[in-house]
Amino acid sequence: MPTMNLLQAVNVGLREAMRSDDRVVLLGEDIGRRGGVFGATEGLSKEFGAERVIDTPLTECGIVGSAIGMALYGLRPIPEIQFLDFIYPAFDQIVSEMAKYRYRSGGQYTCPMVLRAPAGGGIKGGHYHSQSSEAYFAHTPGLVVLMPATPFDAKGLLASAIQGEDPVIFLEPKRLYRAAKGEVPEERYTVPIGKARVAREGKNVTLVAWGAMVPVCEEAAGQAAEKGIDCEVIDLRSIVPLDAETILASVAKTGRAVIVHEAPKTGGFGAEISALIAEKAIEYLEAPIARVAGFDTPFPYTLEHIYMPDTRRVGKAIEGVINF
Amino acid sequence: MTQTKTKAKTNRAVKEKKPSIKIDDLPLPKADLLRIYRSMVLTRALDERGMMLQRQGRIGFFVPCIGQEAAQVGSAHALTARDWIFPSYRNTGTAIHRGVPMTEIIANLYGNSLDLSKGRQMPNHFSFKSIHFVSISSPIGTQITQAVGAAMAARYRKENMVAITDFGDGATSSNDFHAGLNFAGVFKAPVVFLCQNNQWAISQPLCDQTASPTIAAKAEAYGFPGVRVDGNDVLAVWQAVKEALDRARAGGGPTLVEAVTYRMGPHSSSDNPKAYRKDAEVESWKAKDPIDRFRRTLGDAGILSEADDKTLWEAARQEIVQAVKTVEAGPALPVETLFEDVYVAMPKHLAEQQQALRREIEERGGIRHGDGAFPL
Repeated sequence: MPTMNLLQAVNVGLREAMRSDDRVVLLGEDIGRRGGVFGATEGLSKEFGAERVIDTPLTECGIVGSAIGMALYGLRPIPEIQFLDFIYPAFDQIVSEMAKYRYRSGGQYTCPMVLRAPAGGGIKGGHYHSQSSEAYFAHTPGLVVLMPATPFDAKGLLASAIQGEDPVIFLEPKRLYRAAKGEVPEERYTVPIGKARVAREGKNVTLVAWGAMVPVCEEAAGQAAEKGIDCEVIDLRSIVPLDAETILASVAKTGRAVIVHEAPKTGGFGAEISALIAEKAIEYLEAPIARVAGFDTPFPYTLEHIYMPDTRRVGKAIEGVINF
Repeated sequence: MTQTKTKAKTNRAVKEKKPSIKIDDLPLPKADLLRIYRSMVLTRALDERGMMLQRQGRIGFFVPCIGQEAAQVGSAHALTARDWIFPSYRNTGTAIHRGVPMTEIIANLYGNSLDLSKGRQMPNHFSFKSIHFVSISSPIGTQITQAVGAAMAARYRKENMVAITDFGDGATSSNDFHAGLNFAGVFKAPVVFLCQNNQWAISQPLCDQTASPTIAAKAEAYGFPGVRVDGNDVLAVWQAVKEALDRARAGGGPTLVEAVTYRMGPHSSSDNPKAYRKDAEVESWKAKDPIDRFRRTLGDAGILSEADDKTLWEAARQEIVQAVKTVEAGPALPVETLFEDVYVAMPKHLAEQQQALRREIEERGGIRHGDGAFPL
């Protein structure tokens, strides 16, 4: 089984989808000639031509709007937004159109498409190349919101997303593009949407994370283990639909929950998970639910390393729920 | 063909005030002409009835197209059955001419179980998949970029489909107008942009919407032709749109057609245009009513007598009355449908919410008639 990084897994996943399904077309800024600013679409233009790997003018609402038209017509478009931070001109198309076609037409029209965007911080990209805005999309019924943290999941979730019938926001943790490495099967496989991954089993504290915060939690769990604290790490993979069962089963076992995300704390998706645990598992809790998140500030440039949750902050939260 | 035609195009198929017109001078066979006229009448009759139904509290809201029937029916007549329409919410005439049964149109106004869109949207926000009439939304201009994408998809599949998208003068200020026309120009997409320039975007007059001399002029910047046509002349609209469709079908790329018309009624049943425009202006446009005008043309050509016209209007009104009756007798929308069609399969969290609501309703002893339904 070949070892590859998360970026290569996305690239391989896209190539595989395009080879097996001629409805799949890609569109976005710099994805053809340049192969994407990160290289996610490298070599695809050469193999599939400019008709299927479309370099577009610089307009996110145009990219998403036209992709919606393609999806309505029966293609499986995979638009790329170069950085998640640039998605806002397309927000109207995403929340009012892409998410609502099936519902508003009584099921007559559907919008199966996968909107890819590199997300999150950790590359010194400043405010406009670092944000995590998954909560906006999670708050929009009709959208599926995915974020893999491993190369295996990136390829498998991408395959599920492309073969599915729902519109998907596919967030790729850019900090892990090259940092996350792992074995990825050469053959096609799928990772189910709506199923979390238990990245590490443990019985004292449940850590819930997604994207680039998963390896941070794994590292923090390793450090906690040295102090005799046994942490379970849940990698959501799928933000919507959420795998409530896996979270609740873990909290029922550990009695303690720490939720970790990069996005600002207030109104972040961690609040939703916290509420879920409070509503459905409060009787198991030995300590208040803890959240480790980005601060309620815009994403900074120089002080990025202070802003982003790291093992020290996660470790402190773990100790907090243990010592409550 | 790269030069933009910004001046009013003189492709008027019919000259007015001519004492008599030979049928042979008209560009379409008699049956087509009568079918076009009938659709215009039906659209107007529905609009008159729709406003009344709203005033009577039998439906919640209504968007009339009064004054724009020529632009809608004329353009619809130019389409082939395989072409897709990305409409605005003021496009009922297009759906009527494409043959959507009146009950399906009226069911949307009531949003009961007969509504194909399952009561998910306000009145006039239709979805008619059978005629490729794509689901309508309220945000302005969003359909423009989507039409371009569908057109690109059809070309990729080597299918002979041209997409047409309708919008008003207000939409020409939207992000999607710019993005869509720019995309279409760059990719030479087989799409026709039909601006029904009705002079008003709710209370904003055209002169405060754009500093462009015309809407058609905007096409030049995107690298394809813009055509300005008398939007109250149904045959002129038909001809201009047909030329644009033919060009797109032949690989010639997009066209922006500006149909100059007038919104004779309010923006919607919630609007009061007397607050912002003068009666005299409305009256001057009433004199150019597209239905009166086409009736005179058909009369002059000996195709439609006064008696025929009267019969036709009566039949249209009767068809609407009958459809309203059928729809009003339709069953209420089952509460269960609230949770359907959000996703292809109902996720667990929605199933849970559906179950909880079901229990709550049972505890309350069911839904009483009038719980949120019209009449309130």
